[in-house]
Amino acid sequence: MNIVVCIKRVPETSESEIKVDESGKDIIKTRLTFDINESDNYALEEAILIKEKLGGTVTAISCGSPDNDATLRMAIAKGADTAIRIDTADLGEEVQPQIDSFKIAQLLKTAISKLEFDIILTGCMAKDDGYSQVGQMVAELLGIPHAALVTEIKIDAPKARAKRELEAGLLEVLDITLPALFTIQTGINEPRYASLIAIRRAAAKEIKILKWNELGMQDTELRATIESLFPPPIGKRAEILQGTTDETATKLTNIVKEKGLI
Amino acid sequence: MKNVFALVEHRQDKIRDISYELLTKGQELATLYGGELTALLLGNELTKFIDSLKPYAHRIMIVEDAKLKDFNAESYQIVLSNILKQEQDFLLLMGHTASGMDLGASLSVELGASIATDCTGIEIENDNIIAIRQMYEGKLLAKVNLNIKAKSIITIREGSFPPQVSNLSAKVLDFTSPLTAEPSYRRFVEYIEAPLGEVDITKSDIIIGIGRGIKEKENLLLVEELAKTIGGIVGCSRPIVDAGWLPKDRQVGSSGKTVKPKLYIAIGISGAFQHISGMKGAETIIAINKDPNAPIFSEADYGIVDDLFKVVPILKNKLTAMKA
Ligand SMILES: Cc1cc2nc3c(=O)[nH]c(=O)nc-3n(C[C@H](O)[C@H](O)[C@H](O)COP(=O)(O)OP(=O)(O)OC[C@H]3O[C@@H](n4cnc5c(N)ncnc54)[C@H](O)[C@@H]3O)c2cc1C
Ligand SMILES: Nc1ncnc2c1ncn2[C@@H]1O[C@H](COP(=O)(O)O)[C@@H](O)[C@H]1O
Repeated sequence: MNIVVCIKRVPETSESEIKVDESGKDIIKTRLTFDINESDNYALEEAILIKEKLGGTVTAISCGSPDNDATLRMAIAKGADTAIRIDTADLGEEVQPQIDSFKIAQLLKTAISKLEFDIILTGCMAKDDGYSQVGQMVAELLGIPHAALVTEIKIDAPKARAKRELEAGLLEVLDITLPALFTIQTGINEPRYASLIAIRRAAAKEIKILKWNELGMQDTELRATIESLFPPPIGKRAEILQGTTDETATKLTNIVKEKGLI
Repeated sequence: MKNVFALVEHRQDKIRDISYELLTKGQELATLYGGELTALLLGNELTKFIDSLKPYAHRIMIVEDAKLKDFNAESYQIVLSNILKQEQDFLLLMGHTASGMDLGASLSVELGASIATDCTGIEIENDNIIAIRQMYEGKLLAKVNLNIKAKSIITIREGSFPPQVSNLSAKVLDFTSPLTAEPSYRRFVEYIEAPLGEVDITKSDIIIGIGRGIKEKENLLLVEELAKTIGGIVGCSRPIVDAGWLPKDRQVGSSGKTVKPKLYIAIGISGAFQHISGMKGAETIIAINKDPNAPIFSEADYGIVDDLFKVVPILKNKLTAMKA
């Protein structure tokens, strides 16, 4: 099985303060830490597990700036055989935040169509934009079937049986013909950590760089663009209890008592 | 004039709530555009659904086909592209649900349409379609311009548009299914229901929801003790289940359980929409999080901005003393 896994490098935002930059269309990234997108990490692990079981290769591919190379090297350290980065730097800084899912999908499609593949895995959602679009678009552009939100894949070539997660814990079982694309939901496996030796070895590995303007894409229109980013309006907001830890705990205990909540 | 379409979502013989929300917003937009709202209903044995949909739309387009009995993104795409290819100027609404996520983006590619997903608002500004949606895990909102406005798809977050029944009486139209067979490349096999777990958190009056802020599995003891003190039960966010620290039946949220306890204490949970949708019905919500900007504070009634490892032990002692 030759497997391609699409990886996005995203900022950690759940514990950081997020501020809009001067353009009003992007965030200030200088003080943020970046890592592989959570569901992509599960997708990468699933790719490696399939390879370990059935043989073949894993190619990790990411579209973005040279900073992504660190994320791709980590993918190699974990078990990917090759890594490709589609460089978008030549588009210019201002254009970066305006690149839409469709364009990313076209770039990925153009690069992937030059490879041999049986399975393409993506994450089910990028944590920064929350779109859940790119994988499905890549599949459609390549003319292969897909299934989204996948939590189990059993391969019985030329078919695969997959489970996808619906609402409230309900699962859908489906059969799909390979080559196919799966968008992977978190929890499908237990992502591994790379060993220090593997990380050191990966540092010397070459990452294949494909230039945006050399890919020969046809369509360049932007179908959906971010006009502006802004903080959510202050609507309903919790009463924040003030004071030392001891004081806030006392206040909370009193509230719980007075309201008869316990 | 633009025609608005809304994809009715149904599963296991029930119309899903999101459908009425789409229709409500769809009707408002159709009126604005001077067009009509068409409810698209695909499936098998659909007559039973018609009455409940009639007041919400100008037209109901029915595609009756045994091969459409259960949702399959690939068969749905064939049918919908057949319907919409005949339209010059349309806006299609669907839910940002497991079905909408599977179908929307690939359909947009086939139709050459623009798409915005997981939207909580739609505005028309100078003839442009502007979708409002969260980004960066709810810390910011974005206005997204759908540049191809003659062909657009918007998927909508559940609970964004409270359903309002109107006094329409939809015309019912039949559309002949273009499917000769279920696509051989993707076939629906079956549903698997969530297994009944050992504990049913939906029955508890007090739930302590624990999230990734707990850091290590061993630290769960801390909240287990707190739960014991106050006679509650421990639920959690998805990453705790993904890591295998708690069983799936403890997960609160859109892909887990929906709970409505008297008291929900969210500890180390950021408040992603998928979590909120499972616990927003709680009578009183308390949040403990070290990040003052965590979205959970917009949902909670009371909040403590602090390190949970400092607060929880002290809180446990005080609550124990209170109960004594
Ligand atoms: C299709 C789909 C379905 C999903 N279904 C669900 C679902 O059913 N339920 C669900 O929960 N999620 C679900 N998710 C995942 C959801 O999007 C979020 O990723 C998840 O809810 C985040 O969990 P969290 O808040 O525990 O973690 P994080 O977002 O990482 O937040 C951790 C929080 O802990 C705080 N924290 C860290 N350390 C401390 C400390 N020492 N003291 C105090 N606070 C601290 C941080 O400030 C942060 O706010 C789903 C996602 C998708 C795509
Ligand atoms: N720039 C990118 N490079 C590689 N893969 C990407 C990129 N953007 C998105 N993806 C893949 O598409 C998935 C869904 O992204 P999104 O549609 O942005 O939510 C991600 O989890 C990745 O697997």
